[in-house]
Amino acid sequence: MSSIDCIILTLVTAVPLLGALLLMAIPNRDRDIRWFALIVTLVDFVLSLHLAVRFRAEKAGIGIFQFEINRAWIARPNIHFHLGIDGISLWLVLLTTFLTPLCVLISWNSIHERVKEFFILMLILETAMIGVFVSLDMFLFYVFWEATLIPMALLIGIYGHERRIYAAVKFFLFTMVASVFMLAAVIWLYAKTGSFDFVDVQHAIQLGAVPGFATAAPWLFLGFFVAFAVKVPLFPLHTWLPDAHVEAPTAGSVLLAGVLLKMGTYGLLRFNVGLFPEQARRNAPWIMVLALIGIIYGALVALVQPNLKKLIAYSSVSHLGFVVLGIFSLTQIGIDGAMFVNLAHGVSTGALFMLAGILHERRHTYEISEFGGLATPMPKYASLFLLITLASAGLPLLNGFIGEFLVLSGAFQARPIYGVLAATGVIWSAAYLLWVYQRTFFGVNKNLKNATLHDMYPLETIAVLPTAAAAIIMGIAPILWLKAIDPAVHAILQPLAQISARVVGQ
Amino acid sequence: MSFAIPALFITDVLQNIPQVADYIRILPELVLSVFGMLIMVLDPLLDRPNEKDKSQRSSAKTLGMVALLGSLCALAATYIQAHSPGEAFSHMVRVDHFSVFFHVVILGIVVLSILASFEYMETQGIRAGEYYGLILMGAAGMCLMTSAVELVLIFIALEISSIATYILAGFLRRDPRSSEASLKYFLLGSFATAFFLYGVALMFGATGSTTISAIHTSLHQPGGYVPTLAYVAVALMFVGLGFKVGAAPFHVWTPDVYEGAPSPVVGLMSTGPKAATFAVLLRIIFEAGVPGTFWLVWMAAVLSMTLGNLGALKQTSIKRMLAYSSIAHAGYLLVAFASAPAEGIPSAMFYTAAYAAMNVGAFAIISHIAGYGERYTSIDDYAGLGRREPFLAAILTVFLLSLIGIPATGGFFAKFYVFSAALQANLVGLTILGVINSAIASYYYLRVVVVMYMKEPQGEPVPLTPLPTGVSLVLVLSMAITLYLGILPGAVLNYAQSSVSNLIRWP
Repeated sequence: MSSIDCIILTLVTAVPLLGALLLMAIPNRDRDIRWFALIVTLVDFVLSLHLAVRFRAEKAGIGIFQFEINRAWIARPNIHFHLGIDGISLWLVLLTTFLTPLCVLISWNSIHERVKEFFILMLILETAMIGVFVSLDMFLFYVFWEATLIPMALLIGIYGHERRIYAAVKFFLFTMVASVFMLAAVIWLYAKTGSFDFVDVQHAIQLGAVPGFATAAPWLFLGFFVAFAVKVPLFPLHTWLPDAHVEAPTAGSVLLAGVLLKMGTYGLLRFNVGLFPEQARRNAPWIMVLALIGIIYGALVALVQPNLKKLIAYSSVSHLGFVVLGIFSLTQIGIDGAMFVNLAHGVSTGALFMLAGILHERRHTYEISEFGGLATPMPKYASLFLLITLASAGLPLLNGFIGEFLVLSGAFQARPIYGVLAATGVIWSAAYLLWVYQRTFFGVNKNLKNATLHDMYPLETIAVLPTAAAAIIMGIAPILWLKAIDPAVHAILQPLAQISARVVGQ
Repeated sequence: MSFAIPALFITDVLQNIPQVADYIRILPELVLSVFGMLIMVLDPLLDRPNEKDKSQRSSAKTLGMVALLGSLCALAATYIQAHSPGEAFSHMVRVDHFSVFFHVVILGIVVLSILASFEYMETQGIRAGEYYGLILMGAAGMCLMTSAVELVLIFIALEISSIATYILAGFLRRDPRSSEASLKYFLLGSFATAFFLYGVALMFGATGSTTISAIHTSLHQPGGYVPTLAYVAVALMFVGLGFKVGAAPFHVWTPDVYEGAPSPVVGLMSTGPKAATFAVLLRIIFEAGVPGTFWLVWMAAVLSMTLGNLGALKQTSIKRMLAYSSIAHAGYLLVAFASAPAEGIPSAMFYTAAYAAMNVGAFAIISHIAGYGERYTSIDDYAGLGRREPFLAAILTVFLLSLIGIPATGGFFAKFYVFSAALQANLVGLTILGVINSAIASYYYLRVVVVMYMKEPQGEPVPLTPLPTGVSLVLVLSMAITLYLGILPGAVLNYAQSSVSNLIRWP
């Protein structure tokens, strides 16, 4: 390993934070601040590309994390600064570094007040999000997990729309309350194993070296599960999400849907399935039912939403239901698909929120009934919107399709009826997405103001185009992503296969 | 040597005529008392009430500086005595890692409180002399509480510190709220110390001694017999000390007293005497190993956490809210007392230090904003602070996040150590109650952050004066300590850890 490989994860994680600190010192000139934030996030993106280039997919299978760094941090409790990625976290890190510069661009002209604080918060948030994906020390993970809360709550609460305070507090409390259960579980594991290290704890559990684990496991599983399920959000813990999305500024929504929700699904896979395979197998049926309810309920609510942003928010509930369904199908193909939906949803929903934000810039409303016939004044906008809508609806050759297909295959393997029910979700999503497209872009223009709306400004085009490109590339060549994901998933599923073999053997 | 027979006792005393080493072991207390008296003497000499306001102010500054110097000298004295641990005055006082830790915490609190008081004295127009004198006298009492290993001496030290705080609570004489606070605190406090004294008397009856180590020997005799009287004594002492730390069900005084007392004093008395009293509790529960404390502590911990947090939810005054929050924090701290000593002692010690840093800092901000006559202490008065005073708002946010227990702040590790100590003692129920409570607590702390950053003032905004040097120094110091304890807690915890063997000296 070259020397840069040892510190690259630290760099990728720390660069935004350092940028935020520098930004505090920069004089209060809005233009400089924007440029600075853009440069920092772009530098971080370039650094993270190093991860993708140097990642050795063929090595990923043996459950070894790459680009590891492991340094003692605090002696008592035994906390290490342990970072590392596998094929699953690799892409989530890249998704984060990819979306953040776009968020800077989309906020370029829409944030006028307290610009400096806005970008400081966003950079801190980026560090925290990346930290969640790369931490292999559970303590460190918890620190980053909580650290995402405050900047996000402030972004919503300061820069959001009318009911922003309610939404920010609700967001904070839901996540905070849920994550203390995770903390309790982490402390329990520490008390029994003397380590926060994910790899060590996993080993100890697999070897049966944790006293009292058998009785505690169901509760530990639940402790982690609640924290992640709120974040995902899984039905019925999703009620904070529509509020948070509707009130958040555009960049906040993009990061919330694009990255923060993925922290939940990532946690479910890494900790719930990774640490407690036995419990995951036992609890999978009811969790999958909740995921199915989420898929169908989310889609049906999205169908009747009069508010564009709320519609996208509920579509997230539906799509994230697919991810959870895939994960708890506990099949190789299902989890592969779940991870791919994760990425695809991050890209296309991020794009949808940006597009919705662009419309809001012009009309200061998200009410779908206010629009109509927008395709005439805004042709470029309409075609980009169409592309992203189709990607989100799961059209083959765009990024939404392959993931959902794999998840459905996995669900069929687990239990056919789950697959059948989930498949209706695909239909529903096509229905609400195409219907909203029709109501917004075609038909009669109901408001005179719409006729004179400006098409995409260059800056907005620059912000949205990369997501459109990613949607196409991910749709055409999913193997580029899956070849790293697949071995990592295989490694996670190995203990499960042993358990199933034992159960069958009995 | 035995203390039971008077004749031997006298020869023992004769052999133990105080040496220089004995005085070194109470050096910080001596320094504090000397400076306290010096201020009392200087006050009438410097004070010329007939002249213009300006000279009075400068005299207040001078006295404040003397007090600051005194507390810094006491810190230096602690440093000196840290190098000569041991017992003094016929086993009445013991200097060890444990006492040094609490000395540093208490003196740190005193230094910060004095710094925070400079501006406050001016805006409120308080005669400064007695104020600073009382702070130093009280600090002498608090320090003595942590190094005393004899119950009667502990009682005397407790009284010294209490009487000083009773008076300090009523220092805004013209404000009826302050007088009410002082009177309430005094009446209930004397009642509580009477309980403690009864407990001491009964403990003497049960064990024949008032020194902590002799009590331990008497209670842990090979036969295993523990007199019933000892249980009664423990319960009575616990009532007295529980009052002092504001633990439920002896907490009712807290909100009224904290609301009425001058803000810098609240910062002091919500941390200093509490730290000292927790030190006494640690000595009694763990070092003396008294029986029957588990359920007392368990109940008090659960009640304090729950009543404190539920009470804080509805408060509109920030001082009352922090008063209820201090009840809750006393509850979290008591969780450590139900755990095993090896983990319980260091986690409780760490908690007092972390809590002191964030609470003193928070009250420094409150006293700065409150203005003349403490008019602006409602949470709504903090609206728009994030825009008007970004520095102040950011620092208060750090303290509030630390009080919630967000990672990277001292408050997080404090809670973390306490709860992991409880889990290692298999107190799962207590831990879960504690964790749920800390989740509830995040709501009311967060409300202040929300008001500061996301609301604009209704009507006339609170007049803000520029931040004076003293207060900004306090804020920077207490924030630095809060973050230091949150990012690199190792050193402080190790020191606390090393004092476990001071308390648990027998197998």
